[in-house]
Amino acid sequence: MERNQLADRLAGVGYVADSQLAMALWLMESLARPLLLEGAAGVGKTEVAKALAQIHGTRLIRLQCYEGLDANAAIYEWNYQRQLLAIKAREGRGESAEAVEKHIFSEEFLLERPLLAAIREEKPPVLLIDEIDRADEEFEAFLLEILSDYQISIPELGTVQARSIPLVVLTSNGTRELSDALRRRCLYHFVDYPSEDKEVRILTARLPQIDVTLAQQIAGFVARVRKEDLRKVPGVAETLDWAAALVGLEVRDLVAEPEVVQDTLLCLLKTQEDRLALAPEVTQRLLGKVA
Amino acid sequence: MAGLALTPEDVTPVAGGQLRQRMSAFLKILRDNGFLVGLEEAQDCLRFAARCDLSRPAVLRSGLRSIACTRLEDWRRFDELFEAYWLKRGMKGVLRVAGTPPKGRGARRLSEAGAPGGSLGTPDSTERQGEEGIGNPADREGRREGASASESLAEADFRHLITAEELSRVHELADRLARRMRHRLSRRERQRRRGRRLDLRRTIHRSIGRGGLPIDLAWRKRRDKPLRLVVVLDASGSMSQYSTFFLRFIHGVLDRFREAEAFVFHTRLIHVSPALKERNATKAVERLSLIAQGWSGGTKIGESLAAFNRQHAARVVHGRSVVMIVSDGYDTGAPDLLGREMAALRRRTKRIVWLNPMIGWQGYEPVAGGMQAALPYIDLFAPAHNLKSLEALAPYLERV
Repeated sequence: MERNQLADRLAGVGYVADSQLAMALWLMESLARPLLLEGAAGVGKTEVAKALAQIHGTRLIRLQCYEGLDANAAIYEWNYQRQLLAIKAREGRGESAEAVEKHIFSEEFLLERPLLAAIREEKPPVLLIDEIDRADEEFEAFLLEILSDYQISIPELGTVQARSIPLVVLTSNGTRELSDALRRRCLYHFVDYPSEDKEVRILTARLPQIDVTLAQQIAGFVARVRKEDLRKVPGVAETLDWAAALVGLEVRDLVAEPEVVQDTLLCLLKTQEDRLALAPEVTQRLLGKVA
Repeated sequence: MAGLALTPEDVTPVAGGQLRQRMSAFLKILRDNGFLVGLEEAQDCLRFAARCDLSRPAVLRSGLRSIACTRLEDWRRFDELFEAYWLKRGMKGVLRVAGTPPKGRGARRLSEAGAPGGSLGTPDSTERQGEEGIGNPADREGRREGASASESLAEADFRHLITAEELSRVHELADRLARRMRHRLSRRERQRRRGRRLDLRRTIHRSIGRGGLPIDLAWRKRRDKPLRLVVVLDASGSMSQYSTFFLRFIHGVLDRFREAEAFVFHTRLIHVSPALKERNATKAVERLSLIAQGWSGGTKIGESLAAFNRQHAARVVHGRSVVMIVSDGYDTGAPDLLGREMAALRRRTKRIVWLNPMIGWQGYEPVAGGMQAALPYIDLFAPAHNLKSLEALAPYLERV
């Protein structure tokens, strides 16, 4: 796919990408490198992978990382219950232990986990490794190995070669420094909160029924809310929720209905502290700037 | 010539060599500025540049940015460097930076990344090159003799404030602390031998010969890295009454802990673990006092921590590390630098303990600018003015 087409196709599935991101996604395919997305929570990192899978019409395989994530949960596991049953079933047949062993450690009893599943797909899937910074360093090293060789060795079965090279998207919120090796392996893109203008485009792409002036007001207001000293800065998802709520309440003009704005702020602000910080006077002041 | 490599003519095979040259010079600038650009990345940059329409710098820019950047700092700096090199804008700033170790980024140079500290024991200067202190390894031995004869102020303080008996008690305490932690670790290992989780794969392997009855159970071990203690000691003038005391403590810690590292700073940071490998406590501490004395000027906590973060942190700090900073928080540098570096350190470690001898003083409030900036990133802010307060730390470290 050509680079210019990529941005259009992404827009077609409702993801508003700037040219830099389109470039990163294009390079990812042409250089066959993973893409590391960094940015605050809620800026739409995960959405990138979803949109990418959609435009390629391919499967999205997601691996959510957490502390203590190990190979069994990420790569493969044996189906122990079935193995036990199979041993029982073959007990009376007088088969040798080796034969039984060979049987129960075969493909039939293998449970695929996301990483193995991703490299065994016929059509290159999108592999989303979400919040890699939450996994341990050991797992990171492990992942790095898979991402450079695209093969997985299973002691009982042998080496599994990749049928196709997946499009790998990694996301990180920066709770832990990632290793330099992993960073070097990946292309990098920093996802920032969208500009006011871009957020208007996101709103109109996702909520086609929204009035453009309202979308502009919402984007302007949210941009100013983000500048306030908040514990949890609202992300794009929050903006979309709020906009949907306002559309549902048939609000046409934010400035004309400050009470509704105040009452619906719970869509944007997710902690009690932030709700208190955005008192009616503050909301009024911010609305004044939007008008 | 501005935009020399950006005209379409240059993409012809004849000009391939020229593009290669221009590109490698650019990549060198990036490396000098701390970007992690290896051979593979360089090749990708070239492959990309050869394929794209160089008459449009915007395309080249965004492509190279994706390939060459590896983190947010790179991302933010890229435009400036790109414009300076390819478009000859704002040239001055970049030329100054190129070739010299980048500010705040030295440890990320490729050649050094992951190298197991070839510079062990050599003092690492932060930014300043002036040889105002001892700490040069070549000097250390020579000065030792000279200093032992001289009645330096640091030594006077040492004798004045801490008696020999007190000192040996500090050492004992460090010993005990270390032993308690080791005990905890070994207890954990025993539990592992008994097993926490069943290793199903191995259990099933073993049960085949028994008709599928899992009689021999296999247990899975949890692989735990031992906790590592990294001590960063402020040996500045305002801490002089305490630094000898803590040097002794650090020596005990290094002696006992399987994994421990120690650093001393004042206006710059020195990795002292190698100097402390001396088993004889008195000798080791003497050696350290020599390193610490003769330093002058203000305390640069922020700058020293920055040096720690970029030169040592990647090697000595991991997810199971506790960083113990011993300082009174009087920083003559900018507090926001200290805050930034604390935030960076915070991301790497499990716990940050800040021991402040001033807490023991009556009516002390942590109002020093530096202390204020550092507070949000500290897990335990504790007093450390006497043996008792140090002893109170042991239970905390055991729980980490």
